[in-house]
Amino acid sequence: MTGTGTGTATGTGTGTAEAGTRGAGTTQEPLDPVTAPPSGRVTLRARRTLLFTGLALGLVVAAVVAAGTGQLAIPPGEVWASILRGLGLSNAPETVPNADSALWNIRFPRVAMAVLIGAALAVAGTVMQAIFANPLAEPGVVGVSSGAALGAASAIVFGWTAAGDLVTAGAAFVAGLLTTLLVYFTSRAGGRTEVVTLLLTGIAINAFAGGALAFLTFLGDSGSREEIVFWQLGSLNGARWQEVAVMLPLIAVAITGALLLGRTLDLFSLGERGARHLGVRVEAVRITSIALVAILVCSAVAFAGIIGFVGLIVPHLMRMAIGPAHRPLLIASALGGALLLLLADLAARTLVPMAELPIGMLTSLIGGPFFFWLLLRTRRRSGGWG
Amino acid sequence: MTRPPILEARGLSVEIDGIRLLHEVDFAAHSGRVHALIGPNGAGKSTLLAALSGDLPAAAGEVRLGDAPLAGRSPKALARERAVLTQDHRVSFPFPVREVVAMGRHPWARSPEAEQDDAIVDDSLAVTDVSHLAHRTVPSLSGGERARVALARVLAQRTPVLMLDEPTAALDLKHQEDVLRLARTHARRGDTVLVVLHDLNLAAAYADDITLLRGGRVVATGAPAEVLTAERIEAVYGQAVEVLPHPRTGVPLVLPVR
Repeated sequence: MTGTGTGTATGTGTGTAEAGTRGAGTTQEPLDPVTAPPSGRVTLRARRTLLFTGLALGLVVAAVVAAGTGQLAIPPGEVWASILRGLGLSNAPETVPNADSALWNIRFPRVAMAVLIGAALAVAGTVMQAIFANPLAEPGVVGVSSGAALGAASAIVFGWTAAGDLVTAGAAFVAGLLTTLLVYFTSRAGGRTEVVTLLLTGIAINAFAGGALAFLTFLGDSGSREEIVFWQLGSLNGARWQEVAVMLPLIAVAITGALLLGRTLDLFSLGERGARHLGVRVEAVRITSIALVAILVCSAVAFAGIIGFVGLIVPHLMRMAIGPAHRPLLIASALGGALLLLLADLAARTLVPMAELPIGMLTSLIGGPFFFWLLLRTRRRSGGWG
Repeated sequence: MTRPPILEARGLSVEIDGIRLLHEVDFAAHSGRVHALIGPNGAGKSTLLAALSGDLPAAAGEVRLGDAPLAGRSPKALARERAVLTQDHRVSFPFPVREVVAMGRHPWARSPEAEQDDAIVDDSLAVTDVSHLAHRTVPSLSGGERARVALARVLAQRTPVLMLDEPTAALDLKHQEDVLRLARTHARRGDTVLVVLHDLNLAAAYADDITLLRGGRVVATGAPAEVLTAERIEAVYGQAVEVLPHPRTGVPLVLPVR
């Protein structure tokens, strides 16, 4: 509370003066009142269309390229032909031996998983930032991902998996949901998030989950250990269609739900009281949003382990490009997250020849410095955390 | 004043964390009038406003809006009846000013009134003198500009009851007068305007009725000249004052004895 207070107090003095001179020059606010009168809205719409189209095209191209890249190189044309063959739309013969088998059994499910998980994580980040009314809330940063991973690891080590394939995913889901609730209720006061409390809660949860994961690693046999390490580092290796089939409806429903909340999420930036004054059923939206975040993050963590920072980087970049209005932002984040994770997975399996880097490690290596930059930037622009 | 009040509190008590902040407050605001809430820090002005707006539940007594109890109405129904300007004017993400003001139209989404959204938003921007900022983002504005944007959003809600918590706090001289002139214009059109003020002279000049609070209790309520007596102000605020009638208008002027 004191932190926020002093931050705002100094911020109105220095921050505003700065914003006045900086605002016109930065790329984030090109809507200069002088150069862009009513046409500002048209420009924004054009920018949104451009971004959506660009991301969608990029996604298709990246998917075809990613599917064709690997030990068995398959040219894009052949990937396309294989898709048509698989859908029964073509019966042209394979030009690359075993292409169909490699693509349909290994690469396509993996591409599908990267797209789904990327979209899920980015949308989860966007929704979380909206209900916390804070751009620093991210499932990984505040500890939801590691909470979910702890659930999964418990299932592995204590042998609950005997009850079925999906028990691990279920345990990840329940643990993730509980963690989200814990974070939410500890870091809010008077209808606003205290950023310091939010981040400290994240530290506490990540520390506890880290310790508990280490303990489980210690307890488990070598098989479980390998599985736990997989959860911690994150990987799309060994993606199967069955997993995609479980994930797809969950993620599709949750993203649709988030889009339906879009306009309402905008109002949360006025604080909960402000949102309520405008007729929002704040408690209902809050609980729905928490459930959506839990479904998205836990679906991702349950099948691919912890992949951090996607939910932080993507919404932030998209907000810079098309502004904070949530409906377009959610669409852009879903596309952008899918593209980012597809590229990250491509890098993870091609950067080092004959070896597979954990994708979670990769996103953290990029995301950590990005987060740091974001902290410095927020500090500089607004003199602290508003 | 024989008409029934639009907004009324009867024996209203409010508690937060077991601490009683309002004690059996009776209060009534009538349509067509600006009603100022005044009192020293911690008197319960904002608490009363929050209880009247439906933010805080009554521990005892009740609040009535229109001719029915406030409790139990849906947030949306309330949002079409009353708009609230809180003291917190922050907007968490860099929304352009116009989009923030348009948020005030949310309670009317999918209703016939939504057709006028654009015109109403433009009008609200104009009367609060922020039209020229329409495409700036809210976090890039000064405190006073942000306060006016928040007011524009509240006005865009187009409700018959307006509740303004210290709308003049961050504003310069001209904009303070502008805001209260605006409040009076709305009242003359038939709206009910409830406004928390610290400046007793502003209250005296613009309010039709004044309610003076201290320690969560109503000390006095009535016309400015009746409520604002030197003895009463001194007793409530602990500061000696002189109250003089304005030589031209006769409005009470409150001057601290220095």
